[in-house]
Amino acid sequence: MSRISSKFKEIRKRKAKAFIPYIMAGDPGLARTKELVSILEDCGADIIELGVPFSDPLADGPTIQKAAQRALQQGVTLHSVIELVRSLRSFTQIPVLLMTYYNLIFKYGEERFVGDASSAGVDGIIVPDLPPEEAGNILMHAKKADFDIIFLLAPTSTEERIRRVARASGGFIYYVSITGITGARLSLDPAIASHIAGIRQESGKPIAVGFGISTPEEAAAVSEFADGVIVGSAIVKQVEGSEEDLRLYLNALRAAIR
Amino acid sequence: MGEVIKKVPDKRGYFGLYGGRFVPETLMPALFELEKAYLASKKDPGFQKELLHLQRTYIGRPTPLYFAKRLTEELGGARVYLKREDLAHTGAHKINNAIGQALLAQRMGKKRLIAETGAGQHGVATATGAALTGLSCDIYMGSEDIARQSLNVFRMKLLGARVIDVTIGSRTLKDAINEGLRDWTTNVGNTHYVMGTVFGPHPFPLMVRDFQSVIGREARKQIMQEEGRLPDYLIACVGGGSNAIGLFHDFLESDAKMIGVEAGGRGIYTGEHAARFAGGSIGVLQGAKSYLLQDDDGNVLGTHSVSAGLDYAAVGPEHSFLKDSGRVQYTFATDDEALRAFELLARTEGIIPALESSHALAEAAKLAPRLSREEIVIVNLSGRGDKDVQHVARIKGIGL
Repeated sequence: MSRISSKFKEIRKRKAKAFIPYIMAGDPGLARTKELVSILEDCGADIIELGVPFSDPLADGPTIQKAAQRALQQGVTLHSVIELVRSLRSFTQIPVLLMTYYNLIFKYGEERFVGDASSAGVDGIIVPDLPPEEAGNILMHAKKADFDIIFLLAPTSTEERIRRVARASGGFIYYVSITGITGARLSLDPAIASHIAGIRQESGKPIAVGFGISTPEEAAAVSEFADGVIVGSAIVKQVEGSEEDLRLYLNALRAAIR
Repeated sequence: MGEVIKKVPDKRGYFGLYGGRFVPETLMPALFELEKAYLASKKDPGFQKELLHLQRTYIGRPTPLYFAKRLTEELGGARVYLKREDLAHTGAHKINNAIGQALLAQRMGKKRLIAETGAGQHGVATATGAALTGLSCDIYMGSEDIARQSLNVFRMKLLGARVIDVTIGSRTLKDAINEGLRDWTTNVGNTHYVMGTVFGPHPFPLMVRDFQSVIGREARKQIMQEEGRLPDYLIACVGGGSNAIGLFHDFLESDAKMIGVEAGGRGIYTGEHAARFAGGSIGVLQGAKSYLLQDDDGNVLGTHSVSAGLDYAAVGPEHSFLKDSGRVQYTFATDDEALRAFELLARTEGIIPALESSHALAEAAKLAPRLSREEIVIVNLSGRGDKDVQHVARIKGIGL
């Protein structure tokens, strides 16, 4: 069983919910990212999502776009993020996911990527522009390495797609809470709960919800019906401020996700 | 071989190794819906009749196939014909696709069109399609391009469209597409994204090709009338590649040789160009797998061309397929060569071509003198050059 699956199993046993923060690797530098991972874990993160910067992040809003540009200016690459995770493993066993766009993986080579990433201690990847239809090759390599490829579902997903995506997704299913891009304003539509109930009819896999969640209140509301809550843009913004404010904010999110 | 070449894309939107649907899940259902609606419209005599009627009475089709007598004499070789897409409504081939997609969007019950634009030609064409069908319209344009193409920005506004300034990234066409796709992801329920070229996720490369292939169908008929035989060469410029596919498609099974001309910019060795086949490698950008200008890590590189319409890092997947198969030969023309061809056509024929089309003319100027008077070359004159006159004056250091 993958580290992510075991994590969700353990959380379910405790009747708790997963807190999954996202930060952009290399923003403002890889050394800082290492420190931030410790802070996130310290503040109760269950799984950490590391963004890998890409020049054309078409599923991301302005906050993450700008963070990616800053990281690219630092010369951060997929390879250097994999090496960062390798160095994290000397002090933490927290599950780590990468989130990036398909071209970086395609260029790296799918088989080589899965091999290098899993040997470095990366547990899985989220690729917003890679639907399961295009993922046959990477899924084959991931299966051999017990490496999770996490697929996304959205409010626009049809029943047929829910079945396909739920079947393909490893570790958990990422439910995109809004019809839109990261960092957009969340409207806590009661339809989210019914969509998630629909997905649960198709699959017993854990469901984490992300996109647009920024306040502890929103995180609390989402954790009522999700197995995990993903917070990205709002944390990326906070990273620019003081460490004290960041810890206060993370602790508030952690307390809200139950 | 011709037959295999015409049978693409497959059901998953692949032209051999290229194409596909690399988009966020939010858009996947919309792509399936669009594919279904498009294939239905293709078989619907009512839709086809309406499109044909508008092509004739609104766009001004068929556009002429013109024998460029003085250009032919000047080059001293093959007989050169020009397919006059510059005479289509709004001044370029872009309108063929924009009207087709606007009609389709209307039929699908969409209320709003969005599009990206570089030089502004596709933006103007989409704004025109929106005005014609009564849909609202937002055009994404990089702030660099807005500054360079103020005339077209004003044209779009006159046509009732809103022009949205894209200030992120390199602030040009690529970033305008990213913003357009983000908008579509957010407003997919009521909005249709009018992709302007044979790029993006399936079914766009197929659909745009079909709407543009009227160019080659007409040219084939017209050259048979003029010369009683098919041409020896077809030449077109390739940005995303819609005017080239439009001309080539109906000739794929013939013996005609085909040449696609990319933007060589300041020369391939300088790195300042948009010649994906000469300087790129296979990658995935904005929904499709194709040749791409990228660095070793897979980040997309900046491009340069004197013509905004060719200034793009990727190329339509069908072109990558046609290159691999050897059916089409791809080359490039530099900024300087295109500028010389721009002036050559103005002087010899009284036609000011778009800088994009001038790249195809530059190739014709190299090729025709090496051929005999018996051989026939058709160049796709994809757009008119009015939009470029100020830009060319600036390059020549002439104040207007």
